[in-house]
Amino acid sequence: MQKQEYTITVYTENQIGLLNRIAIIFSRRKINIESLNTSPSEIDSVHRFTIVINESEEVVRKVCRQIEKQVEVLKVYYNTNDEIIWQELALYKVPTDIIATEVKVERLLSQHGAKAVVIRKDYTVFEVAGQREETDNFIKVLEPYGLIEFVRSARIAIIKNSEGFHKKLSEFEYKEPGEEAIENEFLNQNEEVFSM
Amino acid sequence: METLELAAEKIETRKNTTISGGQAVLEAFLYEGVDTIFGYPGGAIMPIYDALYDYNDKLTHILVRHEQGAIHAAQGYARVSGRTGVVFATSGPGATNLVTGLADAMIDSTPVVCITGQVFAHLLGTDAFQETDVINITTPVTKWNYQVTDATEIPAVLAKAFYIAGSGRPGPVLIDITKNAQLQLFNYEGYKKCDHIRSYRPKPIIRREYVEQAAELINNAERPFVIFGQGVILGKAEKEFAAFIEKAGIPSAWTIMGMSAIPTYHPLAVGMLGMHGNYGPNVLTNECDVLIAVGMRFDDRVTGRLDKYAKQAKVIHLDIDPSEIDKNVKTTVPVWGDCKETLPMLTELVQQKTHTGWLNKFKEYQKKEDEKCINPELNPVTDDLTMGEVINLLNELTNGDAVIVTDVGQHQMVACRYAKYNQSKSNITSGGLGTMGFALPTAIGAKYGAPERTVVAIAGDGGIQMTIQELGTVMQFKTDIKILILNNQFLGMVRQWQQLFHEKRYSFVNITSPDFVQVAKGYYIDGQKVSERARLKEALKTMLDHKGSYLLEVMVGKENNVFPMVPQGRGVSEIILSKEEL
Repeated sequence: MQKQEYTITVYTENQIGLLNRIAIIFSRRKINIESLNTSPSEIDSVHRFTIVINESEEVVRKVCRQIEKQVEVLKVYYNTNDEIIWQELALYKVPTDIIATEVKVERLLSQHGAKAVVIRKDYTVFEVAGQREETDNFIKVLEPYGLIEFVRSARIAIIKNSEGFHKKLSEFEYKEPGEEAIENEFLNQNEEVFSM
Repeated sequence: METLELAAEKIETRKNTTISGGQAVLEAFLYEGVDTIFGYPGGAIMPIYDALYDYNDKLTHILVRHEQGAIHAAQGYARVSGRTGVVFATSGPGATNLVTGLADAMIDSTPVVCITGQVFAHLLGTDAFQETDVINITTPVTKWNYQVTDATEIPAVLAKAFYIAGSGRPGPVLIDITKNAQLQLFNYEGYKKCDHIRSYRPKPIIRREYVEQAAELINNAERPFVIFGQGVILGKAEKEFAAFIEKAGIPSAWTIMGMSAIPTYHPLAVGMLGMHGNYGPNVLTNECDVLIAVGMRFDDRVTGRLDKYAKQAKVIHLDIDPSEIDKNVKTTVPVWGDCKETLPMLTELVQQKTHTGWLNKFKEYQKKEDEKCINPELNPVTDDLTMGEVINLLNELTNGDAVIVTDVGQHQMVACRYAKYNQSKSNITSGGLGTMGFALPTAIGAKYGAPERTVVAIAGDGGIQMTIQELGTVMQFKTDIKILILNNQFLGMVRQWQQLFHEKRYSFVNITSPDFVQVAKGYYIDGQKVSERARLKEALKTMLDHKGSYLLEVMVGKENNVFPMVPQGRGVSEIILSKEEL
């Protein structure tokens, strides 16, 4: 079966160690994770992972079932690129003196759908939200003008066919509120804790 | 039940009192009906052991000789009793020594709760003495794990641990508790059993339409064949299973893990599947028209080459774990759910039938196997003893009532091929992981899980040496187990493969052994060694009749092979009965 890009969406509890539990399902099978984003969903206690891998559907389906089997995982979806709207966010830092004198900045921004996030005397930071091709293009554009630093976020994706997701999630949380992750309160408190 | 009620009463008196984290762990155990703990103390778990000092009358603690022994014992306890096994180990090496047992329990779906001590919370990540990142080491081999740094979490976390370990498809759970949390005093508000976690669905919802489709396939089948695994035992569905196959009149074969779920003498029982399983079940897998898999996971040792496995058959797969459906074998009708519930639904819908002609086909193959493999094994022409005749005599003497715990290798395959069982939960073996060293510690635990039953540990000369230190546990606690060593002076299974597939290049399979009887004697355990046929039965009888533990070493033929065999990379119907057929 043909390999292609799949975007896996995972809703989980917000618990320490869950990232590892999910990540090792891929590494155990020697599957490379192309991109991984994890952050709270619209509900604080529920996290949403967006994972991109390149695999055949058969493999992706089996991997998703293994993820869903984890005790603290709520739900897993997988989609091809046709079935999602996806974006990455990229930031570009360039020297202000060069960019301001050598380029028509307004045109540049409108051409690439970019915007300036910070403008300082010494440097300027632009932002582009888009697909890989678009963020890559803008690197090429800025390179001749002394690009200082570049960073790209993981992919985030909206599933086209996601009727009722938000409502279901809200109702779920309302019926049974999630538990907060309990962190270690004792790090760097050596003096206050009895030790052997 | 009585212990549970007592525990509940006790919990009432404890309510709203100040207790330590260590005590909270033991209170949870009482409430969960735990009676036996297998463990080994150490620095980071001392507060729990200190608390245990006051619970001596309610909880039995078995001090093992190595933490691997503790978790195997807990597995043995769980497998024979159907209850969750419990383990204590300290941080660092204590915890890492559990890893093999966790992996074994994970792959064989055994409910175990391990409590490991951990360094003080403020020392986490500092390379403190005996600090190891136990949570991350054990993540791939636990159903769930959790680190506690605050004592107030303990009651709820332990409740979750027991619930997760024992529900759905069972598995091992590890709770790592930092020393400060064990020492910490807190206001105890009582213990509440967990019966629901919002993100966890232990049983998938049964889809009635699939049950109906399955019944229709079965009713229209001419050559239906049932293959079953440990799911029947874990689901406590032995009766429901027997009712199903009896009504539909379907010949049934077991995986190594499903063995003993129905008595071996059941008229529809046709034997064992897999690499060293019986001839008929393997060959006829590729001749049945409907294959009904119940609580089994199509392991590669069962299926052989997948592209030559049951291609002609429509496949019905009953399993509680949705991720098992279509994992290895494509299913025609998936029946998600607990087989305790789905089997009766199916039984109701299937027609009363007998498949005499089809069943006779299994008997024909059985005859051929008897002739080529079983008769020579049971009536050898040489003076060398065979493993098969030892097991056969053992059956005769125990009437199939013993719990048999095997190690891994040739003796394991022979024991599973020849042992007879009357009741469920009698065959305890390391199926998925193939853990050598499993038998002795697991048998110890099995004895505590089923004290009224005879427990026989069967091991090879290789495997017994991997965990032989547990003779110390047997000595100290006078655990009444019978240890049967089948000594062929080789790592027999690897030797067999080297003979068959590596031109007899015997590479490091020649293993020497100590005088096992003398070793046992050193542990104050009686024993003897036999190598003559004439003395074998008497020796086995002496072992079984002996009051207390006993070690019997039987010298068997050095280069005997286990047949039939589905060679790796071949289909199940390409099973061979002798090396000449290779």
